[in-house]
Amino acid sequence: MRQTAKRAFFDTVPVMTGYLVLGFGFGIVLYANGFGLLTAFLMSGLIYAGSMQYAAIGLLTGGASFLTAALTTLMVNARHIFYGISMLERYRGVGRRKAYLIFALTDETYSLVCRDGKGVAPERQRDYALLVSLFDHVYWVTGSLFGALVGKLVQFDSRGIDFALTALFLTVFVEQWLSMKNHLPALVGVLGSAACLIIFGSEGFLIPAMLVITLFLLLKREEEEDGLA
Amino acid sequence: MDWHSAGIIVVIALVTALTRFLPFWIWGGERKTPRWVLKLGRALPSAIMGMLVVYCLKGVEVTHLSGFLPEVIACAVVIGLHLWRRNTLVSILGGTVFYMILVQTVFI
Repeated sequence: MRQTAKRAFFDTVPVMTGYLVLGFGFGIVLYANGFGLLTAFLMSGLIYAGSMQYAAIGLLTGGASFLTAALTTLMVNARHIFYGISMLERYRGVGRRKAYLIFALTDETYSLVCRDGKGVAPERQRDYALLVSLFDHVYWVTGSLFGALVGKLVQFDSRGIDFALTALFLTVFVEQWLSMKNHLPALVGVLGSAACLIIFGSEGFLIPAMLVITLFLLLKREEEEDGLA
Repeated sequence: MDWHSAGIIVVIALVTALTRFLPFWIWGGERKTPRWVLKLGRALPSAIMGMLVVYCLKGVEVTHLSGFLPEVIACAVVIGLHLWRRNTLVSILGGTVFYMILVQTVFI
């Protein structure tokens, strides 16, 4: 168990740094918009979805309705459905921890648990996935609280800090690009979304983009496919 | 935090959880997952990451230089840093600090 925990910790160090920085940014932006430590704690603990939490700040300050909040969440987080699809087999029969594993399946956690932990015994892989999920969750909440706290104590110009999110996605994108032989899905994602952005505008392009990407990937011939390395 | 804000947070938390649990409810049973679902599961993650990058950049304005140049330069910095060091923290932190300097001091 100690060996598994050690492995999980070392594997999550990149996520820790990313989450502390992004969570920190979230806490700062949240505080700048008039919300404090409790809100940061509740949002990062219960929602636990970085991009949606940044988007949620706009919903909170704009006085959005519950329906608008629900639809926006559905659009921004629809990608989770695809992560779930690719984790169906791996998380089959993991027992009581399954609910938490699914709840905590963020982009970054996914990037670690979608493959086996190196040097972890097969019967320990479930513990490994659980620990990775738990560690990442703790980093995220800690970063957010720290950001809200610093926002409260220190005055500084935080304009542009939300670029952290763009940088995060871009980094994961580059990482996936380098680790995959077949770049077609990545290209479809970027070009399909950009085309939909131009056609439908920035408010309503996510749903058409998801439809276009899904259709294209379903219809393309199954050849030279490879999973995430 | 008022009650409406608390309600919004609960709604977002529930819908977020729904997006994570849904595939397991639909296809997580004993029967075999359909082939097309597995195929999508393999190809989608990198496509969706590309979509998210575009989503983050949806606010850029091509009508004036300061509307898109900071984003373009900072993205190039992130990609360059990542190809060079391949360290997630360096890429994110470096790119973000660079972007903040750009929008706060250069492109005002």
